[in-house]
Amino acid sequence: MNHILIIAVSTLGGLGLISAIILYFIAKKFKVIEDPNIDLVEEALPSANCGGCGFPGCRAFAEATTKSARDEKTLEGLFCPVGGNEVMKEVGGILGLEVEEQDPMIAVIRCNGSFANTPAKVKFDGISSCSFANNLFSGEGGCMFGCLGQGDCVDVCDFDAIYMNPETGLPVVKDNCTACGACVDACPRNIIELRKRGIKDRRIFVSCVNTEKGAPAKKNCDVACIGCTKCEKVCKFDAITIKDFLAYIDFNKCTLCRKCIDECPTNSIWEVNFKPRKPKAKKPDENKSEEKEKKLADINSGKADEN
Amino acid sequence: MGILKTFVLGGVHPEENKLSAGVAIQELAVPEQVAVPFGQNLGAPSKPVVKRGEKVKAGQLIAEASSFISANVHSPVSGTIFKIDNVVDASGYRRPCFIIKVEGNDWDEGIDLTEKLITKEDYTPQEIIEKVKKAGIVGMGGATFPTHVKLMVPPGKTAEYLIINGVECEPYLTSDHRLMLEKGDEILVGIRLLMIALGVEKAMIGIENNKPDALKHLTTLAEKYKGISVHALKVKYPQGGEKQLIKALLNREVPSGKLPVEVGCVVQNVGTVFAVYEAVQKNKPLIDRVVTVTGKGVKAPSNFKVRIGTPVKDLIEAAGGLPESTGKILNGGPMMGKALLNPDVPIVKGSSGILILENKMASRPTENPCIRCSKCTNVCPMGLEPYLLSRLARTSHFAEAEKEKVMDCIECGSCQYTCPADIPLLDYLRLGKAKVGEIIRKRN
Amino acid sequence: MNKMLTVSGSPHIHGDESTKKIMLGVVYAMIPAMLVSIYFFGLNAVRVLLLSALACLLFEWAIQKYILKGPLTIKDGSALVTGVLLAFNVPSNLPSWMVIIGALVAIGIAKMSFGGLGKNVFNPALVARVFLLISFPVAMTTWPIPKVLPANLADTITGATPLGYIKEGLRAGHTIPQMMPHLPTYMQELMGQMGGSMGEVSAIAIILGGAFLLWKKIITWEIPVSILVTVFLFSGLLWFINPMRYADPFFQLLTGGLMLGAFFMATDMVTSPMTRNGKLIFGFGIGLLTILIRVWGAYPEGVSFAILLMNAVVPLINRGFKPRRFGKKPGVVTVSK
Repeated sequence: MNHILIIAVSTLGGLGLISAIILYFIAKKFKVIEDPNIDLVEEALPSANCGGCGFPGCRAFAEATTKSARDEKTLEGLFCPVGGNEVMKEVGGILGLEVEEQDPMIAVIRCNGSFANTPAKVKFDGISSCSFANNLFSGEGGCMFGCLGQGDCVDVCDFDAIYMNPETGLPVVKDNCTACGACVDACPRNIIELRKRGIKDRRIFVSCVNTEKGAPAKKNCDVACIGCTKCEKVCKFDAITIKDFLAYIDFNKCTLCRKCIDECPTNSIWEVNFKPRKPKAKKPDENKSEEKEKKLADINSGKADEN
Repeated sequence: MGILKTFVLGGVHPEENKLSAGVAIQELAVPEQVAVPFGQNLGAPSKPVVKRGEKVKAGQLIAEASSFISANVHSPVSGTIFKIDNVVDASGYRRPCFIIKVEGNDWDEGIDLTEKLITKEDYTPQEIIEKVKKAGIVGMGGATFPTHVKLMVPPGKTAEYLIINGVECEPYLTSDHRLMLEKGDEILVGIRLLMIALGVEKAMIGIENNKPDALKHLTTLAEKYKGISVHALKVKYPQGGEKQLIKALLNREVPSGKLPVEVGCVVQNVGTVFAVYEAVQKNKPLIDRVVTVTGKGVKAPSNFKVRIGTPVKDLIEAAGGLPESTGKILNGGPMMGKALLNPDVPIVKGSSGILILENKMASRPTENPCIRCSKCTNVCPMGLEPYLLSRLARTSHFAEAEKEKVMDCIECGSCQYTCPADIPLLDYLRLGKAKVGEIIRKRN
Repeated sequence: MNKMLTVSGSPHIHGDESTKKIMLGVVYAMIPAMLVSIYFFGLNAVRVLLLSALACLLFEWAIQKYILKGPLTIKDGSALVTGVLLAFNVPSNLPSWMVIIGALVAIGIAKMSFGGLGKNVFNPALVARVFLLISFPVAMTTWPIPKVLPANLADTITGATPLGYIKEGLRAGHTIPQMMPHLPTYMQELMGQMGGSMGEVSAIAIILGGAFLLWKKIITWEIPVSILVTVFLFSGLLWFINPMRYADPFFQLLTGGLMLGAFFMATDMVTSPMTRNGKLIFGFGIGLLTILIRVWGAYPEGVSFAILLMNAVVPLINRGFKPRRFGKKPGVVTVSK
C-alpha cells in the first residue's frame, strides 16, 4: 500500500513541479511589456465596457488615455461618461495631467407622441423592433418621425436606465442614465439626444423631431412642433433656431428662463424637474391647455425620484 | 407537354385562389383626381418639371429621371396640377406627389391610341432603349427596376436569353394571366423588340401550369414570331422569382450577390413587355396598368385597367365595395404584398394587385417556441437556414448573419408560411438584412 | 369604413402546419404499438401508459405554473408524446413509483431545465429511460413474459430479451448457431412475441407507425433509413466474418429497441440535425454506436445510449453540414453568338 502511495504522490508531485517550472520560464520569456499605468487606469474605470467613451471596452480606453498622456501630454477628447468627472479626475491623477471638468449629460427623448397625443390609425402586428417597424411603415399614429414604441432603446441600454411606459407607449429615461449613447445609436429615427443635465438637473428641450409643415404635423400629433417661430422670437438668448419647420434649443445657450414654453401654441417644448408654477389668470382657452397638461403630465418627466 | 420544369431547392404550395382568372380586363373610369408620386421605382425619386397650376396633357412628362437608376414620370390624365404635396403612399410613408385635377381628355402629341397591332421591327437597339427610357418604363411585376437600365448590358457581360416572366406565382393575382390572354400578339411583338434591344436571338416565356389557356394561346401565337418559345412550369411558389425562373428554364443558378446577366439572362415581366410594346409602337408612356382586385370577401373580384394615381378605394368600389369584415388591404399578393395604411393610397407603376383580407386572416396567431423541425430550411428556395438567421437577428449577431448569407434572402415568405410554430421568421430576416445592409454600407 | 386596418410584414397567409398537429400525428402513429403492447402485456401496459402520460402532463403543468411562472403549454401535446414514449421504453411490470420518477426526470430535468420545448439537447424519454436503467437496474431488466407465449420459448426464457440472452450466452461460451433455436423466429420478432420493453417488441407495429409519420411528412426518410442501413451493413459485415460470435443482421434489426429508436426516438425534431446530410451522418453514427455497444459493450442493448451520444454531437453536425446554397455552382455561360 505505502509503496503505491509513494509512487503516486511523487509522480504527480513531480509532474506538477516540472510544469510549474516550465510555465514560469515561459511566462518570463513571453511577458508582454506594457506601460504599468494602463493597469492603474483600468482599475479606476467603472468596468462597464459599454463603449460610451468611443473605445471597445474599458481596457482600450485605459490604453488610449495612457498613450495620449505619454505622447501628447493631454487628455483632451477622452472622457468616460459612466465614470464622469470623478473618475476622470482620478485618471488624470494617475497620469499626472489636469482634466477639464465636463458638464454631465443625459439622454433625452425628443418625442411626446403618446397614445393620447397621436391616436393610432392602424394596428401594428409584428416583432417588437423599431428598426423593423421603421422600414415597414410610418407608425401607428401616422407621424413619420415619431417614436414607434417597440423598445430598441430599452433593449440596448446596459445600465437599466430606460424603460417603456405602457400607458403612453413612449420610453422614459431614468436618473441613472450615464449618457453612454447606446440608445441614441439604436433609435432608427434619431429621436434620442444627449443633452446637458443642467443646473439642479433641470433642462428644457423641444420634444419633437418632425420636419414636416405645420398642417400635416398637427394632423397626426396634438403636440407636434409646427415651426411657427414664436419661440425663436421670444428667446432673448438666441438659443432657439428653426430649420425645416422644427425648433431646436441649443443647451449651451439656454438659461432655463422658460419664456419659450409659455409661447408655444402646441405645448411642444418640454421642461424637466421644474417646480410647478402658480396658475395664471384664467383666459378663454386656458381650460383646453390645462386638459393637455394633464394628458402630458406623465411623459418624459425624468423625475429624480424614479429609480 | 412532357415533364414540367421547375426549380429544385425548396418551395411551397399555397392555395391558388385565382378568383378573378376568368374575368376580362375592364377599363376603369378615370377618377376626378389622381395623386402621382415622384418616386415609383427602385432608385432615386424623379425630379419634377412642372409646377403647381400648370395644365398638363395625358402622357406629358411631369418628372424626369434624376440619376442613372431612375425613371421618367408622366401625367396619366389631362388636367391641372392642383398641388404638389406629400401623400401617404404604398410604402406607408408620406411622399411627394403631383395631385392632378382631371379635366377633359387631351393627350400629348404623337401618342397613338388605336388598338391596331403594329409589328414593325426595324429599329436599332439604341432606338428601342431610348424609347423605353423616355416612356419611363419600370419592372411591373412589383420590383420596379427601371427597364432601360436592365436593357443596357454591362461591359464584359453578354446576354444570351431573354426570359419572360408570365408565371404569376402569387395566389389571387391574375393581371398577368389576363394580359397574356387578351394582348398576346402585343406581348409577343414587345418580346421581339426587347430581343432586338438586347441583341439576343432566343426568348423563353415561362408560364405556370395553372394557366393552360394562356399557355395554349401564347404557344399558338408564338409560332409566328422568330426565336420565342413557351414553356409550362410546375405550379410552385416562388417560381416567379427571377433566380428560380432561370433555374427552372435553363438550369443555371445566378451566383450569390450577382445579377441574372451573369448567367447570360435578362428577365422581364409580361406587364413590362406590354408597356414596352406600347411605348415603342404607339409612343405611349407608362401611364396605366392592369390591377387585380380580389379577396374572399370581395363581391366581384376583377381585373381593372387603371390610370396610375387612381386611389385604391376607387378600384375597391368598382369591385363591389369594401367588405365589412376587412382586416388588411394589401398591395400585391398575400406572400410578398405590402399592407396599406388606408384605401386612399394611389396606384403606382408596381401595383399588380389589391388583395382584401378578412379580419380572421389579418391577425397573426401567437408565436410558439421553435421545435427545430427544419421545415423552414427545407422550403427556402435560396438554400438558407431561416431558423438560424432569425435567431441571429433576434440576438443582434449581425456579423454572423452576414456570414450565413442573410443578404441572399429574396423575402419570398415561404419559411414563415410553413413554420408550424407561427414564428415571424421573415420579420426577423428583414431586420437582419436591414442591419447587415447598414454594416456593409458603412464598410464601403 | 371605421375599423382600423392591420399593418404587418409579409407573408400574410399561413399554411396549415402547426406544432399541435405534429404532436398529435406522432401520438396517432404510436397507436399500433400501444395496442400491441396491451395485447401482449395486458393491464400492466395500460397502467404504465396512462401513468406515464398523465405524470408527464402533470409535471409540465406544475413546473410551468409554480416554478417558471410562465405560459402553460401542455395543450401543444409534446408532454403527451414524451409520456407515451417513456412508457414504450420501460418493461410493463415496472413499479408505478418508478414510472413517476421517470416522468419527473424526463420533463423536469431533460426538458424544462434546458428551457422547455425546443431547447433541450437530449431526447427526454431516453434520458429518463437511461436514468431508470442506471438507478434501478434490476427492475428495468426484469422483463415480463408476453401473455401469448410460443412453444420454443416456454422452457428457456423466463423474462430475458433476445439480446440479453445472446449476451449472456456468448459470455458463457455458447455460439450463436447454438442459441438461435431457443430464440423467437424472425416472424415472432416481427410480430412482437418476445421479451422487451412495452413499445419495442413489435417491429411491425413500429413500421406501421413510421409509415404513417412519413406519409404525413412529420419525419423524413434520412434518419430511419441511415440507422437501419448502417446497422444492417455493419452487423452483416461482422456476421460474415464470424457467424459463430456475431448475430445475423436481420436479428439485429428486429430485436431490441432499434425499430422504436429509428422511427420514434432518433427522429425527435428538437434533438436531431436540421439538414439532410446532417441527418444521414446522425443516423450513421447511431447505427454504428448501437452495434458497437451491442457487440463489445457491457450492455446488451445500445440504442438508447447511441442516440443520446449522437444528440450531444448534433450542434456540431448543424455547424458542419449546411444546406446547399443557391448559386454555389453557377451555370456555364456560353458567350458565342
